[in-house]
Amino acid sequence: MSVLQENTLPVRSRTTRPAMRRRFTPTVIVYLALVALLVVGSVLVGLRGEVLLDQGGILNILTRATALGLVAIGQTMVILTGSLDLSVAYLVGLTSLIAAETMAGRNGMVVPGVLLALAVAAGVGLVNGLVITVLKANAFIATLGVALILRGYLEDNYTGPAGDVPRGFQHLGYDRIGPVPVAALLMLAAAALAWWYLSRTRPGYHMYAVGGDIEVARLSGVPTRRVIVTAHVLCSVAAGLTGIYLASRLGSGAPYVGTDAGYDLESIAAVVLGGTLLAGGRGGVVGTIGGVLILATLDTIFDDLEVDPFFKDVVRGVVLVTAVALYARRMVASRARGRLA
Amino acid sequence: MTWRPRLAEGTAPVLIVLLLLLIGLAIAGPAYAEPSGYLALLKRAAPLMILAIGQYFVIVSGGFDLSVGALVTAGVVIAARLINGSESATARVILLVLGFGLLVGLVNGLVTTKLLVPSFIVTLGMLLVLDGAIFLWTGGAPRGALSAGFRTFGRGAVDVPLLGEVPWSVLILLAILLAAALFMRGGTGRALVAVGDNEAAVRLSGGQVDRLRLLAFVLSGLLAAIAAILLGGFAGVSAQVGDGLEFRAITAVVLGGVVLGGGRGSVVAAAAGALSLESLFTLLNLLGVSGALESAVQGVIIIAAVAYAALGSGVPQRLRWWPKQRDSARPAQPASS
Repeated sequence: MSVLQENTLPVRSRTTRPAMRRRFTPTVIVYLALVALLVVGSVLVGLRGEVLLDQGGILNILTRATALGLVAIGQTMVILTGSLDLSVAYLVGLTSLIAAETMAGRNGMVVPGVLLALAVAAGVGLVNGLVITVLKANAFIATLGVALILRGYLEDNYTGPAGDVPRGFQHLGYDRIGPVPVAALLMLAAAALAWWYLSRTRPGYHMYAVGGDIEVARLSGVPTRRVIVTAHVLCSVAAGLTGIYLASRLGSGAPYVGTDAGYDLESIAAVVLGGTLLAGGRGGVVGTIGGVLILATLDTIFDDLEVDPFFKDVVRGVVLVTAVALYARRMVASRARGRLA
Repeated sequence: MTWRPRLAEGTAPVLIVLLLLLIGLAIAGPAYAEPSGYLALLKRAAPLMILAIGQYFVIVSGGFDLSVGALVTAGVVIAARLINGSESATARVILLVLGFGLLVGLVNGLVTTKLLVPSFIVTLGMLLVLDGAIFLWTGGAPRGALSAGFRTFGRGAVDVPLLGEVPWSVLILLAILLAAALFMRGGTGRALVAVGDNEAAVRLSGGQVDRLRLLAFVLSGLLAAIAAILLGGFAGVSAQVGDGLEFRAITAVVLGGVVLGGGRGSVVAAAAGALSLESLFTLLNLLGVSGALESAVQGVIIIAAVAYAALGSGVPQRLRWWPKQRDSARPAQPASS
């Protein structure tokens, strides 16, 4: 089932490399890289006579990380099961519209708006999951197809922002405790929940099993279809939460809020940057949050340094490929060690 | 003994779909009552078909190339900036654009094979780098202009005996398609498919896996550069010319029955998939379906195509077996160890 199964294990990988200490897992590397980035960034920004991690800087990083973080948490789950989801970007836009239009400025409609947006998101995830498991379509194509359908719906029905979020609900987007936005805390809570689910519960373990080897998982009695469908529903719900959060920040729903930010490919990049294997079965939410924070910090540093925005994309691309190349080398090294042992 | 046309596996459905679409076009649009209408369609579809052929090489060997859309944009923008309306620079710049495509393909291939990064990530990174670098270089908006000589390939036509006026792009397309089909029949082409099917087996039997995959990316980059030259001529200079083309090319290839993950499918079918996609858009346009719904229809169609292929060339057989309770009738899996 894993869509993107590619060679990570060529025969020539047997060449032994100096054994690295086992505790340097990709997750640890991500956070070390984040710390290094913060130090380097602070120095660079400091040379201009400014401070990177002042109140505004922290707020900036965390705000950037909140939306992408929510999407990436969901994306982590589907990628762990060996799938992926290209429909999240349009789904973010769609759910922001549903939430804002249902609320229509009335305080009493906040809860129904949120619930309806989440229900639609879950429905889209269910469709993704069923197309993949029942129609046996490749996840890449299945979710690309659903993305195109959502896009057609959005383009046909909306030309710009629509709906209206009541003042009270905008607190979700703007309230903060010190320099820390409340929404960022909620995102971290969602990450903690996902971490608990993936590493402490049976269905979570099943996700790793399906992503590792779907045949082995099936023969071991794992309900593989249900696991894949669950992962997709959870991923879409996470995208739905992002849409709701963005609606509360923007004050209305916007059809292209998700695609303008490129949440589909960006979230995959964050997950992979966080050390999760694109082919599935290895990785986790903790690394993903590290990856998201790195991307958000890079953006903030570049803003402070007033770097040309297009240069950011170049750096992002290079960082992504370099990181994955490093992880690949480590895996090759550890497998070579495993063979020797 | 009767001669039966031999079609590569999975080719028949897309050809049937294409035929139906072409018949639909003939019914819906008076322009398609004569060959010139179809030539115009082919001319419009040529860049996508060429991209699909390039994408086919990468997909059949087990990878993805997400960078072709950005590469097309880069090619057009670079050409416009360097030619800047001067006719004398045309030949030089065309070579440069082709060389740039080769280089990008080479980098994609080398990072994939030597650094062991999945091609999805490599080409995604390349997409980001190209997009950023091009806009950094041009300062946000493309500048310069293409020369008339450059644009000939995309919109000009040439007199061919018997056929009359044939667009350059159609001739280029046919040459590439023929070359690709011959290539895939040869040893290297077959080895490329084998890499997508079972890489370890190819490696163990002495095949140059890395070199083959590298070749696939280089070909994809080169063909994307050619598509850029055609599109630049056809549609002119814009910074959005390549937007979304990577997904459209992948859709076309999949529509042609090529399996993502590699190992199965034919290059002619991939090109036919691209032509089908373009015909479909034309047909929807003729039928007055709003442009917005176009993508929704595209979405439904690719899901249906892939589901059809995955559920089996055997939808009829499956229906026959329905009453037999397929799941319980399946023989028990032997223990694998």
